[in-house]
Amino acid sequence: MSKQLGEPLLFELSRPGRKAVELPVSDVPDAPLADLLAAADFRDDLPLPELAEPDVIRHYTHLSQRNYSIDSGFYPLGSCTMKYNPKINEEAARLPGFARLHPATPPRLAQGAMRVLYDMQHILAEIGGMDACSLQPAAGAHGELLGLMLIKAYHEDHGNGAIKDTILTPDAAHGTNPASAARCGYRTAAVKSHSRGRVDIDHLRSLLNERVAGIMLTNPNTLGLFEDNIDQIAELVHGVGGLLYCDGANMNALVGRARPGDMGFDVMHFNLHKTFSTPHGGGGPGSGPVAVKKALIPYLPSGLVAKTADGAYTFEKPGPLSIGSVAAGFGSFMVILRAYVYILTYGREKISRIAENAVLNANYLRMRLGKDLDVAYNELCMHECIFTAKRQQKAYGVKAYDIAKRLMDYGYHPPTIYFPLIVHEALMIEPTETESRETLDAFVEAMQAILTEARETPELLSAAPVTTPVRRLDEATAARHPCLRWSCDVSDGANDA
Amino acid sequence: MAYIANTDADQKAMLAEIGLASIDDLFSQIPEQDRFSGQLDIPASLDQIALQKYIARLAGLNADSEKFPTFLGAGVYDHYVPPTVGAVLGRSEFYTSYTPYQPEISQGVLQSIYEFQTLIGELFAMDVANASMYDGATGLAEAAIMAADLTGRKRVLVFETVSPAYQAVLRTYLRHSAIEIVVVPNRDGAGDLGALEELLGDGDAAVLVQHPNFFGNLEAVRDIVRLAHAAGALVIESPDPISLALLDPPGAYGVDIVAAEGQSLGCPMGFGGPLLGLFACKSEFMRRLPGRVVGETKDIEGKRAFVMTLRTREQDIRREKATSNICTNVALYALASAVYLATMGKTGLREVAELSTRKAHYAADRISKIPGFSLTYPNATFFKEFAIETPALVDEINKALWSEGIVGGYALGEKRMLVAVTEQRTSEEIDRFVDVMRRTDW
Repeated sequence: MSKQLGEPLLFELSRPGRKAVELPVSDVPDAPLADLLAAADFRDDLPLPELAEPDVIRHYTHLSQRNYSIDSGFYPLGSCTMKYNPKINEEAARLPGFARLHPATPPRLAQGAMRVLYDMQHILAEIGGMDACSLQPAAGAHGELLGLMLIKAYHEDHGNGAIKDTILTPDAAHGTNPASAARCGYRTAAVKSHSRGRVDIDHLRSLLNERVAGIMLTNPNTLGLFEDNIDQIAELVHGVGGLLYCDGANMNALVGRARPGDMGFDVMHFNLHKTFSTPHGGGGPGSGPVAVKKALIPYLPSGLVAKTADGAYTFEKPGPLSIGSVAAGFGSFMVILRAYVYILTYGREKISRIAENAVLNANYLRMRLGKDLDVAYNELCMHECIFTAKRQQKAYGVKAYDIAKRLMDYGYHPPTIYFPLIVHEALMIEPTETESRETLDAFVEAMQAILTEARETPELLSAAPVTTPVRRLDEATAARHPCLRWSCDVSDGANDA
Repeated sequence: MAYIANTDADQKAMLAEIGLASIDDLFSQIPEQDRFSGQLDIPASLDQIALQKYIARLAGLNADSEKFPTFLGAGVYDHYVPPTVGAVLGRSEFYTSYTPYQPEISQGVLQSIYEFQTLIGELFAMDVANASMYDGATGLAEAAIMAADLTGRKRVLVFETVSPAYQAVLRTYLRHSAIEIVVVPNRDGAGDLGALEELLGDGDAAVLVQHPNFFGNLEAVRDIVRLAHAAGALVIESPDPISLALLDPPGAYGVDIVAAEGQSLGCPMGFGGPLLGLFACKSEFMRRLPGRVVGETKDIEGKRAFVMTLRTREQDIRREKATSNICTNVALYALASAVYLATMGKTGLREVAELSTRKAHYAADRISKIPGFSLTYPNATFFKEFAIETPALVDEINKALWSEGIVGGYALGEKRMLVAVTEQRTSEEIDRFVDVMRRTDW
């Protein structure tokens, strides 16, 4: 990564009169704009930067050189499933037949795209052990919101809408779970984890009553452990008329090896940008399809694709009980397309190799790294493993944060840190199946070297990183005096004292 | 496997290190009855050559705008995407990176988002913009919820002239936030201001307006802001970002929150997804913004640097008390729009807007002169899209257009069509479109 002086901002590179595009001159009869747009108020100035094409390309090339990525190295971010993004997926998405297809194109003129949607509805439902799937949600949290709306619609339809006002989430859950529940109008209650890192059944029992609309579980959970009491949990929650929601963020551990639908879940979302290899894009776009059991099908949103008797694909008209729609379109098509290409590469014969090698790699790291760094719950893990730097923090004053920052100097992206919240000094490592044994070994050696430094020269860790484009940032000032755009004269005045 | 490096020998050695005998043993923590041991009912594996051919064949079944001129719009537009966008988005340093939670090695994405926020702020003339939302529709719903929180009021007014797809999302979202929606009727192709004035009361959190609206027409936005503010309601506007190369920006006349669809700014139509939600507001509301925001700061050596900030609004920290549940956004499309705006610049974006305006008005002028056809809203001012009354079923006209290799307009009703014209349509294509309509045997 480039450690030269910072790259100027677009606006600082701008020079009056430059342009980076050659557009056609008008080939229709001339008329004054003021006549064509009779009722318009025109703006005086359009304060956009002015650059030539080489300026634009060099600027963004320089920026790209100040950024870590999967294609440049190991990215063991727990819970994020940073696996390799196959290039054939990108080629597919560049085809004009998809990229330049308007969503309102009559279905008869978009049968290729319709088939992708139709097949993916079926494939995802099958992988999840579910009966139907909506591709509409744009991301995981969006899928959660839709899933909860379906749960709510189900209860309302069964006359329990007013009573069932509570969603349970484990204390180790992703923050999106309680946030989505709140956005859906539910109150939330947290279920404790027991000493083995799973849902505490006794605590769950104490929370269960007729007000419980459902429970949101990630399985395997955010500690990388399978909720091995899932059958009992399902029985208990179903026993009070609640439904089970599966946060599919960790599906990479299960693909082809276990299905949420088979363990009692009623509704789940997938993160295509995790499990099915579509690029994270620096924070999106994603895609969060929601798959459901039969009982929830009537409430699914618009945009479902059906196949007619003569083999044509059409959009189904949503039924009277449909929740409506959670997005303007029928899903993140270009993301769904990439995931489709990925799934077809593996096919039914090989798809379970994803989970098999993901779990193998995680356990290999657990064993090798576990010799030097404590494992929070030391037993067989699924696709990720949670370590804790509690011992190092106590002995040398070195925090998980410092270890993470030092890893950058060794050329790695750090793991997720301080999550799940219930593990002190957590380092959450998810290697994914696409990393080789040599990569994992080299990472372990880097971690060993850092842990030696922690003991002998801890100041190296607290000063880290030193080789990166910038060093540790003043994040507190950034939040106290927010400067969110270039002009910098913006402030809410709240903290100027 | 192409994407899995582990060989049989690797697996064996790794299993030995773990102390297990087989791959199956790795899954022993899953209760027997919860394991899946059969074969999934999904398609068989394809080799890369067969896969490429299959996908190309599917792509070939679609009437895309590279092969066929299209007059579809209704929220997603066939604007020109300059080659710089593909060149930058194709850099895997951008597209294979995660959310920039580790700023020291994510300055590329962070600076690009900061620049994006600035560009959107400038385009809208708004104080602050966030790092993006899923799309314009969900952004509008989030804005309505934000306005309800800010004002403590539980009702919003939305113009009937707002995209029906956006209204549908709004209804779905707001039902769960116990916010009431009242629709202000369409009058001659724009919002009925008399009705708005009558409806507005001290229980209204916001007025939602699309400008240009779903029918392509301009709204009397200054009057709307005046009326809404007089009643203590906020104004949420969904503008077409391309139109803002010409039109007065929302910040210039007091709009409080802007929630727009940004697909037109260099993003592929992609059969409608992903899209790009643009979201901006006045600075006094910044701590109630949904989603991610990037701010400027310094590192310990005093170098300028960028970081995600105001994080205590977000779900991973605030959980059920977060301002929104959004996590993943559409950072890569935000980058596309920033590259687009940097490429178009001050003059290019204006040219795009002017060309679209001129060509749309040329098309409308020609169509309105065909016997049997007329403009639905002859007294409205439209930008690049307009509604027409047709003598035959829209479906029938579109089939006739398709037989000439043209993808027709969007059906607003059986005999009403919405026609969008961008800078990509040539006068020759528009003339062909008009010539099909001029057939006398409808």
